[in-house]
Amino acid sequence: MTAAADEDLAAGFDATIAAGDRIEPRDWMPEGYRKTLVRQIAQHAHSEIIGMQPEGNWITRAPSLRRKAILLAKVQDEAGHGLYLYSACETLGVSRRDLMEQLISGAQKYSSIFNYPTLSYADVGTIGWLVDGAAICNQVPLCRTSYGPYGRAMIRICKEESFHQRQGYELLATMMRGTDEQRAMVQESVDRFWKPALMMFGPPDADSPNTQQSMDWGIKRHTNDELRARFIEMSAPQAAALGVTLPGNDLDWDEFWRIVKGGGPCNAQRIAHRKKAHDDGAWVREAATAYARSPR
Amino acid sequence: MNDDHDSAYAGLLVDDAHWAFGEAAHDDPLAGMDTSIPAGVDATELASYCLELGDDALVLAHRLSEWCGRAPDLEEDIALSNIALDLLGQARLLLTRAATADPSVVPPLPDGSPVPPEDALAFFRDDHQFRNTNLVELPNGDFAETICRVLVWATYRLALFERLAAHPDGVVRAVAAKGVKELAYHRDFAAQWFVTLARGTEESRRRLHTGLAQVWGYRHQRGEDAVAEAVLAEVLAAAGVAAPDVGPVATSSHTEHLSRMLAEMQVVARAHPRGRW
Ligand SMILES: [Fe+2]
Ligand SMILES: [Fe+2]
Repeated sequence: MTAAADEDLAAGFDATIAAGDRIEPRDWMPEGYRKTLVRQIAQHAHSEIIGMQPEGNWITRAPSLRRKAILLAKVQDEAGHGLYLYSACETLGVSRRDLMEQLISGAQKYSSIFNYPTLSYADVGTIGWLVDGAAICNQVPLCRTSYGPYGRAMIRICKEESFHQRQGYELLATMMRGTDEQRAMVQESVDRFWKPALMMFGPPDADSPNTQQSMDWGIKRHTNDELRARFIEMSAPQAAALGVTLPGNDLDWDEFWRIVKGGGPCNAQRIAHRKKAHDDGAWVREAATAYARSPR
Repeated sequence: MNDDHDSAYAGLLVDDAHWAFGEAAHDDPLAGMDTSIPAGVDATELASYCLELGDDALVLAHRLSEWCGRAPDLEEDIALSNIALDLLGQARLLLTRAATADPSVVPPLPDGSPVPPEDALAFFRDDHQFRNTNLVELPNGDFAETICRVLVWATYRLALFERLAAHPDGVVRAVAAKGVKELAYHRDFAAQWFVTLARGTEESRRRLHTGLAQVWGYRHQRGEDAVAEAVLAEVLAAAGVAAPDVGPVATSSHTEHLSRMLAEMQVVARAHPRGRW
């Protein structure tokens, strides 16, 4: 290919981004754009899959049949989100199998929020309210992200996430109308999850070197600090209506980086769980492949 | 570009009375249904029968929910959760029906407890009060054993539910009518995997044989059923698998596994007998 043809492709790409239109899998894209997308979508997909564990921890102990059904359906939705996102990632030329291996090896990351333990049933509600809530703030702008398959996956996902947030909040509101022990359980849970939820927006803008390039490419649409401020503003009246006190907003970024680097309370446990499920299922996947190839 | 998905974001920023500050109504599983006892039906027997059918669904739903986040691939994870959700739905209707037919089956709770009857039955009965068969309470085993159990159980349950279309109680008929569609899907999902594992690799075939032998002797604890047997024979033939040489398991009690399962299932509910969830 000539240098002039290359420049034409790059100009076409830039024009598409500038017009706010979507880039599709067959379109030319800069290698840096492709790599950034793979990293971001894979990390997002892995977060959905690892995110099944903290709440999945309570499925077998859900205290009512209605809550058991709601929780099981929610965790199942997260598996579905993982599926959509792995599919979006596959349009960029990487396989789900490779991505799963990179998750298990630690080569690719997932959201640090899932490295905190769930210690009471109230955590199911708090995760829905604050963690799905923060995810929505992060993700709704991504419905308009420049890469078509990612944006379309996000539209489906955001609808379900907003349902999860409502259900989580509704659980907490119900528990707050219950016994004193239940109210204390809700407050204790919010105390543990508030700051980790705020950290879901990522490091402060000053320490987020990739933000500007991602914004120029239309992959990201708001800075971390903008989104975090919006979330705090949004949560205050919800907390008041619930009757809980939100802890302060001062964040310990050393803790954040420690967890990102693998030193959180549950990092090893979450990966070991995923690895075990993956390894235990290897013979089933092999059988399915062999059967699909066998003559009928 | 279509911007209507942005409204979800906007909706969260404002005082949205539809969810954040509103009261969630507790949904009565039998809302809108006629729960009077039909003429000629013995209420105690009806309640007891609904407990049998409801407990089977509840216990198997619980076992299948243990797979969530642990299945061989995401597709199977979603499918097993789907089956568990269907069975949970059957259990809620049937337990609630048992309680409306004969309120004396519901264990007593402290005065003022808001726990609904379906949950009192699920979470506040002891193991010896459960009416489920052994088949559903056995531990999951590996994926092959789980597939064998779902195949055997759903095949038997489907044959039964088809006959329940003629049951005198309207609630039982409604549960059966809905359940027939669900169970046909569960059976077909399991049959598809049964054939796949049988014709997959040496290892999958070995595991399938082991799994089938584990559950086979428990399949007719509610009586042998010629319709179900014929379907099972067809699936085994399609898979090229011989029926295991295992006789019926003779037992009138639960296995050791049920009380351990219930200890986990009931722990939070029992710690808060006056709790609202
Ligand atoms: Fe999700
Ligand atoms: Fe979610």
